[in-house]
Amino acid sequence: MDFILEPWPWYIGGPFITLIMFFLFYYGKKFGISSNLESICAMGGAGKLHEFFTFDWKKNRWNLMFIIGTVIGGFIAFKFMTPDQAIALNPETISDLSEIGFQNAGVQYLPDEIFGLEALLSIKGAAILIIAGILVGFGSRYAGGCTSGHAITGLSNLELPSLIAVIGFFIGGLIMTWLILPLLF
Amino acid sequence: MKNIRFIVLGALFGIVLSKAEVISWYRIYEMFKFQSFHMYGIIGSAVVLGIILFSFFKKGTIKNYLGEKIMIEPKEKGFYRTIIGGTIFGLGWGLIGACPGPMFILLGRGVLSILIVIFGGLLGVLFYHAIKHKLPH
Repeated sequence: MDFILEPWPWYIGGPFITLIMFFLFYYGKKFGISSNLESICAMGGAGKLHEFFTFDWKKNRWNLMFIIGTVIGGFIAFKFMTPDQAIALNPETISDLSEIGFQNAGVQYLPDEIFGLEALLSIKGAAILIIAGILVGFGSRYAGGCTSGHAITGLSNLELPSLIAVIGFFIGGLIMTWLILPLLF
Repeated sequence: MKNIRFIVLGALFGIVLSKAEVISWYRIYEMFKFQSFHMYGIIGSAVVLGIILFSFFKKGTIKNYLGEKIMIEPKEKGFYRTIIGGTIFGLGWGLIGACPGPMFILLGRGVLSILIVIFGGLLGVLFYHAIKHKLPH
């Protein structure tokens, strides 16, 4: 039982992701989360803004159910399966973060500097949240997929577009982490 | 309600990504700093097992629940869309430490701020479709 309450190592997490992907394909679907953002737009009436969003989002109802499930799963894991919220980070990461202004890295699950109420209520903090969201939403649809569709499904299918997209994910992530984050904080 | 199975799968996905700390901003930062094997182990093992799984799909050894061959829809080709779109996505991923799946999982944790991120994600999608005809693909 203790094992369930401890953080799960990579060799549990990775295979579980493949198992979930297996079940999605087994039930005649696919593994792709970011297309849900389009479905939500269509559901919310974005068809009035752009003809693209007039597609029948109800066909993607299964995928919307999947993300509702992820919300439930996040709640269950947080409430009942994670007594200790600390993240065992590399000490180097902790000192790097403290240098750019992140205090007590890893003591909590998420940094207050980005997700805390104080950040949310500041102009800079709110701007970071919304801009990051726009970048992820825009980029995932431009690239034709996110981590699930490209990095996991696409690479598993040995697809060149997915390899290029994942290289892009890393170019962007490295620029942000090494060059932009130190300027922001 | 046969869609209930997808809620169950989604919940399992949410639990796994929470417990393996994939949805922690710190883990994504650590990954882009190359200071931990954790995230590489997760994505790498998922892909290696995925390649094996898909080879069984392609051979027809594993069929779907109706007994039919499992087809994997190929991704749309295009160098510019994948490299530029991927880079834009990566900038956002590196900043907020969450891709679309983890955004919804974090919502389940009660992280209020993530609502703003999801709203931004929807804006980004609208924005992409509004200007996509002007973008190289």
